[in-house]
Amino acid sequence: MSNIPQELKYTNTHEWIRAEGDGIFTVGITEHAQGLLGDMVFLDLPDVGDAIATGDDCAVAESVKAASDIYAPLSGEIVEVNEDLEDSPELVNADAFGDGWLFKVNAEDPDEVNGLLDAEGYANLIDEDE
Amino acid sequence: MTKTYLHAAHIAANAKMVDFFGWEMPINYGSQIEEHHAVRQDAGMFDVSHMTIVDITGKSAKAYLQYLLANDVDKLTDKGKALYSGMLNDAGGVVDDLIVYHFDVTNYRLVVNSATKEKDLHWLHNILAKFDSSRDASDVNIVLRDEFCMLAVQGPNAKDKASAVFSPAQNEAVKGMKPFFGVQAEDLFIATTGYTGESGYEIMVPKAKAEDLWHALLNSGVKPCGLGARDTLRLEAGMNLYGQDMDESISPLSANMAWTIAWEPTTRNFIGREALETLRTSRTDKLVGLIMTEKGILRTGLKVNTPDGDGIITSGTFSPTLGHSIAFARVPMGKSTDIGNIVDVEMRKKSMPVKIVKPSFVRNGKSVID
Repeated sequence: MSNIPQELKYTNTHEWIRAEGDGIFTVGITEHAQGLLGDMVFLDLPDVGDAIATGDDCAVAESVKAASDIYAPLSGEIVEVNEDLEDSPELVNADAFGDGWLFKVNAEDPDEVNGLLDAEGYANLIDEDE
Repeated sequence: MTKTYLHAAHIAANAKMVDFFGWEMPINYGSQIEEHHAVRQDAGMFDVSHMTIVDITGKSAKAYLQYLLANDVDKLTDKGKALYSGMLNDAGGVVDDLIVYHFDVTNYRLVVNSATKEKDLHWLHNILAKFDSSRDASDVNIVLRDEFCMLAVQGPNAKDKASAVFSPAQNEAVKGMKPFFGVQAEDLFIATTGYTGESGYEIMVPKAKAEDLWHALLNSGVKPCGLGARDTLRLEAGMNLYGQDMDESISPLSANMAWTIAWEPTTRNFIGREALETLRTSRTDKLVGLIMTEKGILRTGLKVNTPDGDGIITSGTFSPTLGHSIAFARVPMGKSTDIGNIVDVEMRKKSMPVKIVKPSFVRNGKSVID
């Protein structure tokens, strides 16, 4: 059973979202998703300043097994990307909910996050997958 | 699904298991990249018990193998010496690739692929029937040896670590053994073969003793490695995977296996020879290596665009040793596909330039790309 932190929000495409305050949200992929993808080798992240819209494929995670699109969970502007992943993509495998975060977005409408899955909803989703 | 005798040991070592052509096999034990590095830098072991072992014995064993295989077992004179060969159909396509060990002219051992086991056994018997009728019967026995497990122990420190678990007699038997030899030493058949481009052993062990050997190697510091690492290691080493880089529709000439065809003596008739003689001048494609140093991974099945026509990636991956992507591709013969040229690969969202190189990338831990 994968680890699913209670305080995060989730998408049905396996991204997690953490509210940092002031409309800023950190985005990553879940423990479950990194397990499916296997060893990460490249992360193709958006640029700071890029505008993203909910559902856009805004990043790519390439693992030994497959290339996988990352979808924007919220609309807004990219304010920071995880530069450490350039040299250490394995952080996504080692610490998916921590050091393996992908980017931070300044949400156009911070309330949009309320429409995302909570931990229980995401747990049910991956149970159905298995 | 079929399980090897080491199934419980894999689960105990935290293996993630997958279905590999009907066999439940470890894909990795956590990180396939760490396992890859263990083999390049230290020592790793693979359960390859799914591979098929077949002994060919009898007075006509040598003549039969000379008819069956594109390579010539007549090259084998030393006891225990091994040879890599394709087994071809009449059209010159590869039915399977295999290793044949020579003990004497009446006693050989084949190791063939697992995914092709049933097909290969039928093939061996069908060709024997043809061989028999051409000679008015012969003396050849085809015996499946499925009482063994097989472990591949590979890496710069593999031999030292294996030596710590061998008996004195086994260590004496493998002392000074050159690459591509095999020897029966007490209850183990120990060969200096492999599929990684590193030194080491492939060891056949009676099933009942396989788990003890596994644990002894584990205690000796050999890291368990799965099929994921096995694939990246063999691709770096420039070794083909049957079903991906060649199959029954592909001749050895178009699969970087020309070196395994023994054309001389011209009097030796082997299955596929006539077709190969024609293909030797008329073939239109070849297998090359590709490297891409940009971000991204060349994946199996991607299209390669060249001025001489389209090609296809037969095996593509990320090379953990080199830190960038590598691939084998089958491309049209032509000036634009000679070694050193740049061609394009259609990636997911864009076309990327890649360099054509010889289809071999890493040997003994070091890059061999020019």
